[in-house]
Amino acid sequence: MRVIRACRELGIPSVAVYSDVDRASLHVRKADEAYDIGPAAATESYLNFTKILDVAKRSHADAIHPGYGFLSENAKFAQACADAGVKFIGPNPASMEMMGSKTRARQEMEKAGVPFVPGTSRGLESADEAEQVARKIGYPVMLKAAAGGGGKGMRLVHRPEELKFALEAAQSEAERAFGDREVYIEKAIVNPRHIEMQVLADEHGNTVYLGERECSIQRRHQKVLEESPSPIVDAEMRQRMGDVAVRVARAANYTNAGTVEFLVDQDKNFYFLEMNTRLQVEHPVTELITGLDLVHLQIRIAAGEKLPFRQEDIQIRGHAIECRIYAEDPDNNYFPSPGKITLLLSPSGPGIRRDSGMYEGWTVPIDYDPLLAKLIGYGTDRTQAISRLTRALHEYFVGGIKTNISLFRRILTDADFQAGKVDTGYLDRLLRAKPPHVQREDTEVAAIAAGIFTVLDPTSAITANLSSSATGSAPANGIAASSWKRAARIEGLG
Amino acid sequence: MVYDVSIDGKRYRLELEREETRWRCRLNGREVEMDAVLARRDVLSVLIGGKAYEIKREHTATDMHLWVGSVRYLAELHDPRSLRGRRGATADEKGQRKLLAPMPGKVVRVLIGEEQPVEAGQSIMVVEAMKMQNEIKSPKKGTVRKIVAAEGANVNAGDVLAIVE
Repeated sequence: MRVIRACRELGIPSVAVYSDVDRASLHVRKADEAYDIGPAAATESYLNFTKILDVAKRSHADAIHPGYGFLSENAKFAQACADAGVKFIGPNPASMEMMGSKTRARQEMEKAGVPFVPGTSRGLESADEAEQVARKIGYPVMLKAAAGGGGKGMRLVHRPEELKFALEAAQSEAERAFGDREVYIEKAIVNPRHIEMQVLADEHGNTVYLGERECSIQRRHQKVLEESPSPIVDAEMRQRMGDVAVRVARAANYTNAGTVEFLVDQDKNFYFLEMNTRLQVEHPVTELITGLDLVHLQIRIAAGEKLPFRQEDIQIRGHAIECRIYAEDPDNNYFPSPGKITLLLSPSGPGIRRDSGMYEGWTVPIDYDPLLAKLIGYGTDRTQAISRLTRALHEYFVGGIKTNISLFRRILTDADFQAGKVDTGYLDRLLRAKPPHVQREDTEVAAIAAGIFTVLDPTSAITANLSSSATGSAPANGIAASSWKRAARIEGLG
Repeated sequence: MVYDVSIDGKRYRLELEREETRWRCRLNGREVEMDAVLARRDVLSVLIGGKAYEIKREHTATDMHLWVGSVRYLAELHDPRSLRGRRGATADEKGQRKLLAPMPGKVVRVLIGEEQPVEAGQSIMVVEAMKMQNEIKSPKKGTVRKIVAAEGANVNAGDVLAIVE
């Protein structure tokens, strides 16, 4: 949707691809053309080079924007696009490949003088080698898969006697997840922050940074809430981090939009973590504080244009915070909660941006990541951004499925968050703590409303729910005659 | 109209009458000054003594919820004159209870066989959705009469998974 909107704004026709279960998705309706590329399983549709390039050929597409997931960081796909004569909107395959291997990226970046967390830049040969390195850099240490991502093949080791077993476990997990058992070792940073720097490079040698994003609020190694600027980064630190990020991009001969991720310790030392060779989900916060449209710029860079500004032209203004709204059940450990959206009330008003793929009546498929929408609050300062976002979250209502909207209300009112005291362990600590007491004083109001609904709106969502059930035994229209018959239906189900 | 309403298990007797555009409302015998407008399907604007509330109604596969602001209440409602009566969602210790799929997914494991005893809260099967496994628990102590959805079955929200008696 994000890319289709940018295309329309630039006067470029867009072509969408979709899998069988995504036929009803919003992007299929909004694109100029759309083509089915097969079954729900991503390997047979969204990860299938041949099918996607066939669509490109059939629709005479000049370029492919790979989005955020699936093939967006796949160097082989970028190469396949080049071979097929279709422009891949992103970096060149060589720099994607370099950044795709964490150990290779580390070797190259060390040559460029980029700061790293102490550790090895090569895969570990043996448990003995691991022990030697760990002794030198000091415990705790972190074992990581070279091909890794998303927390797979990662092990935190506190004591020497745990090391051998952890190494074997990390290697076999890496083998299973990525088909590559290469594992390296790093000093573990206690309660780090995760801060990343947006970079943009054209194909004429110009590279700029667009400020940082604080992405420390994570769960299961997935980002949940991001903001820019970071509460701990001042102009001087931003410039140092930005200079390093630009050095990383140049060393990789990087083009188009990319993100350089850093770990930041409690003394504000920052260390290169990895580079994401694509547009990030959280790019809107950067757009709001810089006033730039990153997707427009990606397309223009891919078309061979020069960057229309220099580093000194970029100004950071205000503060933006993004909440990733997921179909997840807060009462069931934030497990995915797909289903049909029966009622949707969306926020708007000052300082609110909503990038959403959901609509009323849409059934959230069980097959993919259940990200529904991104709600971004913008203000002249952090306090105003928080209060606008909090207000908008109270206006947001998604009925029929469970969402994590209540989690954001909790984060935004939390004293540590408001003070900017966050690190990658923040969210787990918040969720372990006792939830704040909710005033449940409106039972009388609810009781009156229950009766009024029955009088004014006796048919409605329940019929929709029944008809979506696959039993087929519930006639959707035949049960609306009286609310009492309807109550009987509900009983029959319950 | 007279209704017996239960909100989060708290019971109320509600008397509602509509006279032209005005409402007469008595809650547990007490007169309440209020006005209500249906803004759209499932969304109500209620004014009680001048205080404004936006109320959203949501039906899950098994329950009706009312949201007053951002707080969710479990609502049950029936007509006390109805001969049919109502099997309460929680009080029903006798008789059959159907386990419904809370979400679409796939049954990956059935943990208890038919005609086996089961405790309240004991897991009967595991349903996987979006690669996450969810245990489906028995609402009551009793016997598993029937496993409707076998291992490997794809289910939709609201489908009957098993029957416990």
